Amino acid sequence: MSARLATYGRLIDRTSKLDFTFDGKPMMGFEGDTLASALLANDQMLVGRSFKYHRPRGVVASGAEEPNALVNLGEGARFEPNQRATTTELFGGLAARSQNHWPTLEFDVGQVNSYLARFLPAGFYYKMFMYPRSFWKHVYEPFIRQSAGLGQPPKERDADTYEHFHVHTDVVVAGGGVAGLIAAKAAAQSGARVLVLEQNAHWGGRAPVDGGRIDDWPTDGFVERLVKELEGMANVTLRARCMVSGLYDHGYVLGYERVSDHVPGAEGPRHRLWRIRAKQVIVATGAIERPLAFAGNDVPGVMLASAMRDYLVNWGVAAGERVIVATNNDDAYRTAITLKKAGVEVLRILDARETGGGALMEEARRLGIRIDCGRAVGKVTGGKRVKAVQICAHQGAGGALEEVACDAVAMSGGWSPAVHLWSHCGGKLTWDDTAAMFRPDESRAPTGADGKPMAVATGAANGAMTLEAIAADAFAAGRKAAQAAGFKLKRASAVKADPAPESAIEPVWMMPARARVGLRAKAWLDYQNDVKVSDVQLAAREGYESVEHTKRYTTLGMATDQGKLSNINGLAVLADTLGAAIPAVGTTTFRPPYTPISMGAIGGEARGEVFQPLRRTPMYDWHAAHGADWEPVGQWRRPFAYVQGGEDVHQAVNREVKNVRQGVGLLDVSTLGKLLVKGPDAGRFLDMLYTNMMSTLKPGKCRYGLMCNENGFLIDDGVVARIDEETFLCHTTTGGADRIHAHMEEWLQTEWWDWKVYTANLTEQFAQIAVVGPKARQVLEKLGGMDLSKEALPFMDWKDGAIGNFQARVFRISFSGELSFEIAVPASQGLAFWETLMEAGREFGIMPYGTEALHVLRAEKGFIMIGDETDGTVIPQDLGLGWAISKKKDDYLGKRAQERSFMASPDRWKLVGLETTDGSVLPDGAYAVAEGSNANGQRNTQGRVTSTYYSPTLGRGIAMGLVHRGPDRMGEVIEFPGTDGKTYSAKIVDPVVYDKDGEKQNV
Amino acid sequence: MKRYSVFAVAREALRHHTGWERAWRSPAPKRRYDVVIVGAGGHGLATAYYLGKNFGITNVAVIEKGWLGGGNTGRNTTIIRSNYLQDASAAIYEKARSLYETMSQDLNYNVMFSPRGVMMLAQTQHEVRGYKRTAHANLLQGVATEFISPARVKELVPIIHLEGPRYPVLGALWQPRGGTARHDAVAWGYARACSAMGMDIIQQCEVTGVRTENGQVRGVETTKGAIDCAKLGIVVAGHSSVLAQMAGFRLPIESLALQALVSEPIKPCMDVVVMANTVHGYMSQSDKGEMVIGGGTDGFNNYTQRGSFHHIEETVRALIETFPMISRLKMLRQWGGIVDMTGDRSPILSKTPLEGCFVNCGWGTGGFKAIPGSGWAMAELMATGASPLAAEFSLSRFREGRFIDESVAAGVAH
Ligand SMILES: Cc1cc2nc3c(=O)[nH]c(=O)nc-3n(C[C@H](O)[C@H](O)[C@H](O)COP(=O)(O)OP(=O)(O)OC[C@H]3O[C@@H](n4cnc5c(N)ncnc54)[C@H](O)[C@@H]3O)c2cc1C
Repeated sequence: MSARLATYGRLIDRTSKLDFTFDGKPMMGFEGDTLASALLANDQMLVGRSFKYHRPRGVVASGAEEPNALVNLGEGARFEPNQRATTTELFGGLAARSQNHWPTLEFDVGQVNSYLARFLPAGFYYKMFMYPRSFWKHVYEPFIRQSAGLGQPPKERDADTYEHFHVHTDVVVAGGGVAGLIAAKAAAQSGARVLVLEQNAHWGGRAPVDGGRIDDWPTDGFVERLVKELEGMANVTLRARCMVSGLYDHGYVLGYERVSDHVPGAEGPRHRLWRIRAKQVIVATGAIERPLAFAGNDVPGVMLASAMRDYLVNWGVAAGERVIVATNNDDAYRTAITLKKAGVEVLRILDARETGGGALMEEARRLGIRIDCGRAVGKVTGGKRVKAVQICAHQGAGGALEEVACDAVAMSGGWSPAVHLWSHCGGKLTWDDTAAMFRPDESRAPTGADGKPMAVATGAANGAMTLEAIAADAFAAGRKAAQAAGFKLKRASAVKADPAPESAIEPVWMMPARARVGLRAKAWLDYQNDVKVSDVQLAAREGYESVEHTKRYTTLGMATDQGKLSNINGLAVLADTLGAAIPAVGTTTFRPPYTPISMGAIGGEARGEVFQPLRRTPMYDWHAAHGADWEPVGQWRRPFAYVQGGEDVHQAVNREVKNVRQGVGLLDVSTLGKLLVKGPDAGRFLDMLYTNMMSTLKPGKCRYGLMCNENGFLIDDGVVARIDEETFLCHTTTGGADRIHAHMEEWLQTEWWDWKVYTANLTEQFAQIAVVGPKARQVLEKLGGMDLSKEALPFMDWKDGAIGNFQARVFRISFSGELSFEIAVPASQGLAFWETLMEAGREFGIMPYGTEALHVLRAEKGFIMIGDETDGTVIPQDLGLGWAISKKKDDYLGKRAQERSFMASPDRWKLVGLETTDGSVLPDGAYAVAEGSNANGQRNTQGRVTSTYYSPTLGRGIAMGLVHRGPDRMGEVIEFPGTDGKTYSAKIVDPVVYDKDGEKQNV
Repeated sequence: MKRYSVFAVAREALRHHTGWERAWRSPAPKRRYDVVIVGAGGHGLATAYYLGKNFGITNVAVIEKGWLGGGNTGRNTTIIRSNYLQDASAAIYEKARSLYETMSQDLNYNVMFSPRGVMMLAQTQHEVRGYKRTAHANLLQGVATEFISPARVKELVPIIHLEGPRYPVLGALWQPRGGTARHDAVAWGYARACSAMGMDIIQQCEVTGVRTENGQVRGVETTKGAIDCAKLGIVVAGHSSVLAQMAGFRLPIESLALQALVSEPIKPCMDVVVMANTVHGYMSQSDKGEMVIGGGTDGFNNYTQRGSFHHIEETVRALIETFPMISRLKMLRQWGGIVDMTGDRSPILSKTPLEGCFVNCGWGTGGFKAIPGSGWAMAELMATGASPLAAEFSLSRFREGRFIDESVAAGVAH
């Protein structure tokens, strides 16, 4: 059984007890525990079930690489699935529930999969479940889905908040182990700003557990002093609980800080995402121990040797009472020695190497531990915990020589540098045959914007495996990074660790070396996804030979640990099966994040009300107070209609339309884009941008303009006013303001960069109000000020002046067909001006109107709306807007495109009005059918509805549409099948159904 | 080819699965083939498959510079739908969708096509009108879709939040027979079937040149030597312009990285595929339980198949608004694929200025769903010189201005 010892436990505070529950069972741990160490201290060996076979699983590692110990954590709005117990700091009241079983962890029906494992090898689902066809969706898949998945889905809206943090720095050090800390100091001594990020709550990494001496200090003392020193340096920032999750192009580094996971509900954000630009990144992420692939290596109680050592030294927890150690390298001896010294019985060290290890072996032997060289684990027996180990010769097929009862097995297959960050952004690896590992290839580092290396790997992450090598490497790496970041190196004394030579590792990818098939089918490579040695071999045999094929076919390395324990073992087995060298097979791609990061953190603060900026006009609150029914238009909110009294939205729209036609209405048009274009070449520039001739426009005049893209399609429209010789004010659609401004800038910056033109987006500087209707002039004249008579300000003119007490710019333009003044005042005056107009207009029955009334009014006049009549495939010629295309210009954007055969074809669909034969309203987006079907069996069509409304003015439905040769077919009746099952008949008519001659807007 | 079935699996289980044969052979290239297809992605393999199946042309090589299915075919978010607006698109995507329905049986390889339904949310009035228009178009195109109410949306997707403060859900375009399939299996299933017909799939072999004579294609140069052919099909997605340059013509294609990510796996909580185009994100849950999330393309052209962060942030943020529960899930991995974008965002299936040379590309962000239909049409085009499904997608449309623009109905075309 696993239990807490009375001694050891450098990270726990035994005076501070914490109560927690696991599957409802009350348990106790200490401040400083992880959930994993606390579970082990309570002899909870069984912690979860595997993904595919629902095998019982225990804690196998002590850090981010843990594949098994995942739990549902917390409750309600703080519930979270798949929390890794090994990196979850214990807190009082923690409630964890095990995952992926039914009904209970101890008794899981899903475990039948395990008994059927033989029938469920890698990729079995590609070969079956095909008949009968409908069964996949209705029977097989629901069953597979139900048994797959891990934790439970959260149900409630997240109660926590998240934030983003932006930093520029010279050097980022990823990892606060001895290598990272030494490198950080070496870099900082040059004056560079250094940011050190460590994923755990503690500094020093493995060294304090592994022992040794640096600069004549024991490692823990050395770390403590060094951290203190770094904390005292003004140019160094240290952050624990902050993982570097990804390295991206151009020195972009992402840090993931778990601010309050260990104190849930604390004030402030739960996670903080650090978005960092660094000149250099030091990858000091350490190394990850590899499991050994022997049969039964997944039975709870089998653990990485280093993890077993961590639990003992850091948390005072012995993973078992009678332990067997299996290894192919010297490091596992440290575990045996530590356990032995703590009073745990170490039954045997099985060293696969015929000649065993070096000095550490001698030390173990001196302590009285029995060491069997050339021996291996043939099989671990036990279900929910280890019962015994069958020992065999390593160079054999697994014939048992002896069975030894025990309750825990420590295994070590050697170490793999954590090269993930190095690889994220293109850093390459090299295979080190002696050390049996992939390590960063210094000559092929990830490069920054300047094409020079942007990262330096150091310490264990760089393949340095002894303290002596690590200290020297880290010191050099820190200096190298500082220099690469542009700093001058100062003299500094190197860091030296005492030598502790180890003898060479002997690669073991399968244990025993020639394990028979029955054992291979029980030797796990990927614990969480249940991938065994036999699965990889099957994939290779079936032709899935590339690592990527093997990975995808078997799901090796695709679990939540992303193959931290399984990748290298898996690809070595693959190489072995293919008879290829490991480097020839290569690794799969390492992708961010290093370990999973919360979606909440990625999203950051921007949620709910502040998800995207909400743009409000100065009159927003007034609208809200007067019944506005809002419509999102881009990031703006515009009133769709102002609903009054007992009416519904449609009644409101009808009322608003009538009031504009008969009296006077007010429309908030502040959202329309207002782009200022200025400079000696402004006219020439606008001539290229618009289809119209703008350079000939006289100051004081307005012109309705059309803008096309280079493909000839109409993208925006609006009124251009010439302010003076060099200045134009271009109005755009509400949705178009930012887009068109960018469009202008793109052309100016990339094509006509030598033209003297500046643009500025003034949209938010002005509040703009349309005063519309036959009584519009009366309202304005009542306020006094400038002369607004037809003579003084004719249609399509503009003028600056006073209206009442307001300084205003008045445009005589109309989008409704009525007499209309669009009046701009500084944004700060908008509300006051609006209220003044409402007040002055009261006797004339003034009412505000919304976007829907605006649409109806313009549709009655046959005016097009960008986004309704246009959709990115329509050219001005289709809309009867040929008059707005200047024939005098050599060129404008889209001109050439519009000359292409299909664009110039008479067969295009063109704008017409559509009048239903029964007065009903045509459905939105309906298509008109033509005779027969096309070669692909689709009904032929001959047109479609682009805008359709009920017209209160005419008392019937009105519509516009694009119809094949439409203008030539006036009076013809065509049919529109609706999705409602009805067919609508409509006559092709003129699109202008109100005041055809434009008398009303001209008064 | 030994058939796959539950009985075969049971039989093999008894001998520890030692008797399975290779899914596809790994031959050395021959000197000459009737047809060479460059690119063993889904589209290339499907083209080869239908050349054999529909036209009996089996002296075919599919040449792949990496591993088959390793391009976008193995990187996409596997959404399959055919609720396109324009006739030409609806025709080819619906053909593809219907072939997906029986693909597992046709190929004797379970590609796990799952018609779980695809929903495109309307979150502005403009989108409502756009999707109503698509529904009307689909009605006449023979594609079964429906514009559904917010209440129905909630019923189909209980985890959705309808009343987002910025973009409330106003309805959705719903295609009940859309869904997802297992992307790798599609490539592998086709590869196995092609190999069984005697075709050669040559992996780890890069085409480095195109040999021509009097305006007629003669063969290709590869890293495994020269290979002759009478007809050449270029089906290399993001690298189409590179191959076209070798063949001496230019293509209106730009290559961009499209971003995607998955969460850690959880128990089933969402059955259908949801796309939210206003806020730029879409999500489905895989059979493994991962939430599969896709976003937009990076704003600059490039060829690195790498995940970048900015789009991920925007996408995740949008989806948290739509599905608040994902805030407490974790992103497991992110990646990018190079998508081949044409000016009108529609594919090119066409003859080329080089006699005997055909291209199939430009599927951009949404070509997984098209694989079988595209292969079907491309095979017909290569075998007979014309295909009604491909007719509108010819290269000449750019010269004539006959665009097939889908962005009309939805911002993205996944
Ligand atoms: C992130 C992402 C998400 C997507 N989501 C969806 C989705 O949900 N639904 C959907 O329908 N589509 C989606 N797509 C699009 C879809 O993946 C692609 O359109 C489709 O897979 C393209 O297939 P392909 O066969 O044309 O290209 P690929 O699969 O890329 O195949 C092209 C092949 O050509 C090979 N090649 C290139 N150059 C050479 C050469 N010189 N010699 C030999 N071989 C060469 C490449 O190695 C590659 O294997 C997505 C794409 C991405 C990147």
